[in-house]
Amino acid sequence: MSEKEIEELTFEAAFQELEETVQRLEGGELTLDEAIALFERGQVLVRLCDGKLEGAELRVKQLMPDADGGYHTVPFQMEA
Amino acid sequence: MSTKSVQRSTQLNLFGPSPEPMTVGQVTRYVKSLLDGDYVLQDLWAEGEVSNFRVVASGHAYFTLKDDQASLRCVMWRSDVRRQALLPQDGQSVLAHGRISVYEVAGTYQFYVDRVQLAGVGRLHLEFEALKQRLFKEGLFDAVRKRSLPPFPIRLGVVTSPTAAALRDILNVLARRYSLVQVVLSPTLVQGDQAPAQIAAAIQALNEHTDVDAIIVARGGGSLEELWAFNDERVARAIVDSRVPVISGVGHEVDFTIADFAADVRAPTPSAAAELAVPDQAELQAIVHAHSVRLAGALHRRVTERRQSLGYLGQNLKRCSPVGRIRTLRQRVDELAQAGDVCLRHFLTLRREQLNGLASRLATLSPFATLERGYAIVRRADTGHVVTSVRQVSVGEPVAVRVRDGEFGATVGQTAAEKEVKDE
Repeated sequence: MSEKEIEELTFEAAFQELEETVQRLEGGELTLDEAIALFERGQVLVRLCDGKLEGAELRVKQLMPDADGGYHTVPFQMEA
Repeated sequence: MSTKSVQRSTQLNLFGPSPEPMTVGQVTRYVKSLLDGDYVLQDLWAEGEVSNFRVVASGHAYFTLKDDQASLRCVMWRSDVRRQALLPQDGQSVLAHGRISVYEVAGTYQFYVDRVQLAGVGRLHLEFEALKQRLFKEGLFDAVRKRSLPPFPIRLGVVTSPTAAALRDILNVLARRYSLVQVVLSPTLVQGDQAPAQIAAAIQALNEHTDVDAIIVARGGGSLEELWAFNDERVARAIVDSRVPVISGVGHEVDFTIADFAADVRAPTPSAAAELAVPDQAELQAIVHAHSVRLAGALHRRVTERRQSLGYLGQNLKRCSPVGRIRTLRQRVDELAQAGDVCLRHFLTLRREQLNGLASRLATLSPFATLERGYAIVRRADTGHVVTSVRQVSVGEPVAVRVRDGEFGATVGQTAAEKEVKDE
């Protein structure tokens, strides 16, 4: 999986994969190459999860009705 | 428009005799038009005691509202009867909403009621209990209907007033606890007559026009009346019909609304609803770090294991190596060589001893030994041959005479066979 594909993982997907990676690395038959590959993958996932948690800023949008009965969203700012 | 023209023409007629009589139908329609044109009568709340309440086969309800001075005939159409959480009973004091119009066939005016509420203390509670019971029986609050919340919501819908403190509380909690989540606010009134329909529509809009993973329906604390919009059947049904789980956070800890019963998860307050809706970022971070440590530990363990088995293999390999054998053979060679050496030396000694024996025996046999005793050896001077016969020499020939301690030359003087030896 390329760096870009990893970047596009949701936090949930990355977090779950990290848990699975840890479990696989901790148990089961693995060649050394496989173990190293899993470890490296795990490190990428840790960085990704960390980055997502660190960098996130709450985004708030508001649902607005369209003239034709549909809806669109606009950024929402709470009035001070 | 037509009403106005009728009014104008008839007003003129009031000041003079009517040129021609009106039919009964015209009179009735005229009265009806007067009543229908009165905005007070078209949006009316009236309080009175219910009597003779009955729902007929068609589903419409008929009753009379009265007080000590008058009575009012009332009709409630089937569709409104169905919407009613609690149907009035005779003798109850109620508030009825609707409009006044004329029933032309009977020539009577009637109160066309679209909503009836119990008047007086306990009215709201009774309505609340009745609606709760009805929806409960219908299965709207069944535990099996309750969905679990997504552990990591990506988008979260929030149905509340955009200006309320409740929204600020929710956003604060979300920003602190799980800022990864995206919030979609579906604004609505949260109190007043229009609030229930708006709240239901706001929930629907989130379901139909966004891909939120869960919805918070919230309102801050208030009086029973202020929270009343959340005790509406439309709100309850919108919650139950929601595609995604709904968390209710209405009022304070002690306030239970119909919306709370209908929701998949009930939170005591708007802030608590936000807490329940998302995981805790700090906890997740701690878990991620723990995973990171476990990853490193697991890899280290595996590498150590490999190194250990590598060590064992190396030892095994060494044990099987030909170097050992070579060393053993070399030792054997050394041993053999040493043994050979001993043998050789022994052999040589033996031979030397043999040689010495032979030498001494040779010495005793040496012709020179007789010289000691006065014998001499005569050899021809020219050839060196030992002279053992007189016939080997002639007179005048030089010979060499060997004696014990040396040699001297001599010349043959005379020869004779046997006794004719010259001297010695």
